[in-house]
Amino acid sequence: MELRRDVFQAIADPTRRAILTLLAFQAMTPTAIAENFGSTRQTISKHIQILSACELLQPQQNGREIHYTLNAKNMKAIADFIEPFRVLWEERFNKLEDVMKQYIPKK
Amino acid sequence: MERKTKIHAEDGRQEITITREFELPLDLLFRAYTDAAIVEQWMGNKVLQLDNKALGAYRFETTDPKGNVVLRSRGTIHSFEPNHRITRTFEMENTPFEAQLEFLEFAALTESTSLLTMHVIYRSVAQRDQMLQLPFAQGINMAHNRLEQIVLTVQSTNHE
Repeated sequence: MELRRDVFQAIADPTRRAILTLLAFQAMTPTAIAENFGSTRQTISKHIQILSACELLQPQQNGREIHYTLNAKNMKAIADFIEPFRVLWEERFNKLEDVMKQYIPKK
Repeated sequence: MERKTKIHAEDGRQEITITREFELPLDLLFRAYTDAAIVEQWMGNKVLQLDNKALGAYRFETTDPKGNVVLRSRGTIHSFEPNHRITRTFEMENTPFEAQLEFLEFAALTESTSLLTMHVIYRSVAQRDQMLQLPFAQGINMAHNRLEQIVLTVQSTNHE
């Protein structure tokens, strides 16, 4: 599935993960979401756009307001997936490579 | 960018294979696993014990910035063949996870590059899947902790 790569880029960002955690408890408007963060409303809108584009969020039109909820199905797909496990090892091995590139053998 | 680290995990099996190509000659890659001071640098933990020999053992300890021990792990080394192979067990102490069996194979690709293949076998399919999902769960926890901090900051600002 081509979507997956984007999805993991989406959840690589701590603010976007925090938004998902917030929405796990209730449906919220973009304004209500933004109130939980120190960033501007615009920044949070951008994060919401990315999460929506990856189909992790579902908008619900309530009169003039849009509430966002989690797309449970796609969230489950991530939980089953192992990308964060791979990233953990990738970072560990990158560190190993960096350490050994600077290594000077003892005489 | 091409992904250097690959995980092969088939559904319904109690094993995984991790492969990684390094821009390092074979002997340097192998040394990264056998020199305690170097292991500490890239694993980010303390090495309490590391006997690189057949029937040897190792113990690692991870501490938080305040010096509290957050995780101890240990294992025995079943076989040890320099620049070729290490067979060992790995277990995280005081966790629901049981010991896993690890076959680490080291191979030269060129004079300056090498390949590590880690074949890991778990007690059950369920334990393997839990282990694979652990970093994701931790990511969500971290996000949650951060969120709690943000909420606390917002609350204290409102009270001022």
